[in-house]
Amino acid sequence: MRRVYDFHGGIHPAENKHQSVRSGIRSAGVPAQLILPLSQHIGAAARPVVTVGDYVLKGQVIAEAAGHVSATLHAPSSGRISGIEDRPIPHPSGLPAPCIVIDCDQQDLWTPHQGVADYRDCDASELLELISSAGIAGMGGAGFPTAVKLMGKPGRSVKTLIINGTECEPYITADDILMRERAADILEGVAILQHILQPEETLLGLEDNKPEAIAALREASASASHVEIVTFPTKYPSGGEKQLIEILTGKQVPAGGLPGDIGIVCQNVGTAVAVRDAVIYGKPLISRITTVTGDAVATPQNFEVLLGTPMQHLLDLAGLQPERCERLVMGGPMMGFTVTNPQAPIVKTTNCILAPTTTELPPPPPAQPCIRCGLCAEACPASLLPQQLFWFAQGKEFEKLEQHNLFDCIECGACSWVCPSHIPLVQYYRASKADILQQRRDHAKSEQARERFEARQTRRAQEDEEREAKRAARKAAAEKRTQLATQEGGEDPIQAAIDRAKAKKAAQQAGTGTEPAAAASALDTLRQKLEKAEQRLAQSHASGEDAKIVTALEASAERLRGKLTEAESAASEAGAS
Amino acid sequence: MSLMRISSPHAHGTFSTGMVMRQVLLATVPGLFLLTLFFGFGTLVNVAWACIVGLACEALALSLRGRSLAFYLKDGSALVTCVLLGIALPPYSPWWLIAVGVASSILMAKQLYGGLGYNPFNPAMVGYVVLLISFPLQMSSWAPPRGLGDVPGLWEALQACFLPAQYDGLTMATPLDILRQNQGLLMEDLWAQSPQLGRWAGVGWEWVNLAFLAGGLWLLYRRIFTWHAPVAMLASLSLMAALFYDGGSSSSGGSPVFHLLSGATMFGAFFIITDPVSSAVSVRGRLVFGALIGVLVYLIRVWGNYPDAIAFAVLIANFAAPFIDHYTQPRVYGHKQPKSPE
Repeated sequence: MRRVYDFHGGIHPAENKHQSVRSGIRSAGVPAQLILPLSQHIGAAARPVVTVGDYVLKGQVIAEAAGHVSATLHAPSSGRISGIEDRPIPHPSGLPAPCIVIDCDQQDLWTPHQGVADYRDCDASELLELISSAGIAGMGGAGFPTAVKLMGKPGRSVKTLIINGTECEPYITADDILMRERAADILEGVAILQHILQPEETLLGLEDNKPEAIAALREASASASHVEIVTFPTKYPSGGEKQLIEILTGKQVPAGGLPGDIGIVCQNVGTAVAVRDAVIYGKPLISRITTVTGDAVATPQNFEVLLGTPMQHLLDLAGLQPERCERLVMGGPMMGFTVTNPQAPIVKTTNCILAPTTTELPPPPPAQPCIRCGLCAEACPASLLPQQLFWFAQGKEFEKLEQHNLFDCIECGACSWVCPSHIPLVQYYRASKADILQQRRDHAKSEQARERFEARQTRRAQEDEEREAKRAARKAAAEKRTQLATQEGGEDPIQAAIDRAKAKKAAQQAGTGTEPAAAASALDTLRQKLEKAEQRLAQSHASGEDAKIVTALEASAERLRGKLTEAESAASEAGAS
Repeated sequence: MSLMRISSPHAHGTFSTGMVMRQVLLATVPGLFLLTLFFGFGTLVNVAWACIVGLACEALALSLRGRSLAFYLKDGSALVTCVLLGIALPPYSPWWLIAVGVASSILMAKQLYGGLGYNPFNPAMVGYVVLLISFPLQMSSWAPPRGLGDVPGLWEALQACFLPAQYDGLTMATPLDILRQNQGLLMEDLWAQSPQLGRWAGVGWEWVNLAFLAGGLWLLYRRIFTWHAPVAMLASLSLMAALFYDGGSSSSGGSPVFHLLSGATMFGAFFIITDPVSSAVSVRGRLVFGALIGVLVYLIRVWGNYPDAIAFAVLIANFAAPFIDHYTQPRVYGHKQPKSPE
C-alpha cells in the first residue's frame, strides 16, 4: 500500500451519492434543439465557422479555437444552424452569452471520422494535436483546455501523472459511474496520456466511499499494471487538485505556481475517456456524463448527454417535480452555482445538475455576527484564517486581505459550511477578490496612462529641442552667407530678394489700379512672363518633350494669356474712367 | 418554477452559534453544582439574578440600537456572559453589586463595542474587574466552605442578595489569600495551621476546579474550542509554580497542584480564556495567548496585589491578542512560511 498523506482541514458533509447510482448510465437522446455556448472552457471563446442556415453533421467543427488557450467546438448531432445569438448559459453571472443553436434533424448523422491506428506509433505532438482538435477541456469542473495542460512548459519533465477520480463533492456521481462502467476505457485513456507525458509514475486517486468503482478499476488494471489505484479516506475537498496532490505525494503546489512546477500533471477520469475516444476513434468531445439528482427529481441518475442539451430536457427525463424545486444548481452543493433558467444547456463542465427541495437544502438563515470561534480555520484546506479574512473583507482592507493570502482561497466552501453563524464567507471572499482584481486593473490602467503621458512629454521636449537646433543651424547658415556675400563685395542675394519683394508689396499696396505707372509695370511683367512661357512652349515642342509637360506648359501659357487680357481690360477701364 | 439565485455553498452544517452558547452553559453545570454543594446557594442566586439583569441590559441595548430582539437574544451570548460572571462573583453578593457588574459587562464591554463578536475584551472579566476595583471589600469576602462553617440555605442566600442589610454571613480567607499573606511559614507548616487549605488547594476549591475541568473537557470533546489556549495556560502556570516552588520554603509561591486547583484556574482556563471573540485566532496564536495568561496569573497571584488574577491576566492578554495574531499567522498551503507582517 502506498502511503497517503492528509491535508489540513476539510469537512464531512452528507454525501448523498447513493440516490443517483441505483441505475447505470442512461442515454439522454437527441433533443429538438442544441445550444452550444462558444465559451465552455477557460480561455478565449471559440470562433464560429458556420453561418445560420448551414447544415452540419454530427462531429463537424462549428467553432474553432481562438488562440492558444481555447477549445474547438463540434456539432453534437446533425441538423441545421438556426441561430448564432445570445442565450442563457450556465454561468455564475446568470448573463446570457453567444451560442450556436442547432435544430436537430434527429438523423444523428456522423461526419467522417477516424482515429489513429496505434497511438504508440504517434509522437506526443501528433496526439496533442488530436486532443486539441477534439475540443477536450477538463471534465472535472474547471474546463481548462486539456491539450494546453498536457503540453506544459517546455523542457519540464513530468514525474507523476495523477488521474483524479476523487469526486469529493456531495451528490455528484458522474465520475463514480464512469469508473464503475468504463474502467477499461479510463485505463486506455490513461495509457495514451502516459504515452504523451512519459511520467515516472501514474496514480489514480479516489476516495474510499466508492467501493464499486475501486473494484472495477482494480479488476481492469489487473492485466495492465501501468496505473496504481490509490484510495484514501473520504473528506471534502480531497478532489481539489492541490489537495489531491498533497494526499498522493505529500507535496504542495507552490503558491502562485502550477502542479507542473513540481513535476505533476492532474487529469480527471472523464477527461481520460474523452482523450481515448478522440485518439482511438477520432471522436470529438460532443457528449459527457451528467448526474441529475436532488429530491425534486423522481429518479436521480446519470445521463450520457449531448453537449448543448437544455437542462430542462434532462430534468424532464429524470422526472422533475417543479413545484418542489426552488433552486437549480450546476455542480455540487459545495461549489456549484445556481442556474435561474432551466433552458440553459449542458456544457463540457456540467458534471451535475442538482434540483434539491427546500427541506433538503434550505435557504441559508440570516447571518449572525462572527464570534471568531475558529471552526472555519480548522476546516480550511488552505490553512487560511477565514475569520480574519472575513473581518478584513467587511472593512475592505485589501492590503490586509492580500497579506492574509486571500488569493490562496480555493472557494471550496468548507468555512461557510461549518460556520455556526451562517455567514456566507465564500461570497465575501469572491467579492473581495473581484474588488482587488478591479483595483489592480485600475492601477495598471492609470500606470499606463501615466507612462504614456510621460512619454509624450519627453517626446515633445525632444521635438522642441530639435526644432530649436534646426533654427539655430539655419540662423548660423544665413549669417555665414551674409558674411560670404559681404566678403565678396556684392550684395546678399537673399537680402536683395527680400528687398525686392518688400518693394513690390509696397507698390501694390500703394495703389492697385489707381497708380497708372504701377498698373502699367504689372502689365509689362505679365507680358514678359507670357512671352517667356510661349518661348518655353515652343522650345518644348521643338525638342519633343514629354506630352505631360507640354500640356502643363500649354495650360500655364493659356492661364497667363487670360490674366493678361483681364489686366488689359481692367487697365483700359481705369484709363477710361 | 421561479429559481433562487444563491452563491455557493448550498449545503451547511447543522451547527449554530446558539448551540455553541447552550453547550457552554451546559458545561458549567458540574462546576455550579459543586460550588453550591460546598458554598451553598449563593452562586446559584448570583447566576439567576445576573441572568435577569443581563437579559434586560441586552434587550435595552438592542432596542436602542434598533436591532431585532428575538434574533439577537436567542444567540445566548448574553446568558453565557452573565452565568460566567455570576460564577466568578463571591457567593452572597448583594443585588446591586451583581447588577453593576452585569451592566458593565453587557452595556460597556459588549454592546458599546458593537455587540457580539466585536468586543475586544472578555465581557465577564470587564464586569468583574470593574467591581474588584470599585468594591474591593465586597469582592474579597468568600463564604467558608462546607465543613469549616455553616452553609447558608436558599432562603438566606436570597436574603443576602436582595436584603443585604439584614444579612450577616460569615466570610473566610480563601486559600489564595492565605498563601499570599503567608509570612515566614514553611508550606508544610502553613498547611498544618490552616484547615481551609485542605489536602492540595483548599477545601471545596479542589473539587470545584476538578468539576470545571470536567466541563471543559466535555467542551473540548464537543469541539467547541481547541485545546491550545487552556493547555498552554495550565502548562505555563504549572511551569511558573514549579520554578518558584522553592522546595516548599517560607518564600515559596505554592506548588503547581495548588495553583492548578485553587481559585478560578480551571474555570478561567476552560470558560474564560476560551472566549473566541477576544482571544487570538490561530493555533500558534492561541498557544501564545494561553501561555501568556498562565504566566500573568502566576505573577499577579504571587507578587501582585490581588489574590486571584484570572481577570487581570485575561484582560491584559486581550490587549495583546491583535498583536499576537499579527505575528502568528499560520503557514498557508503552498507557501514556504507565513508572510512576514510589515
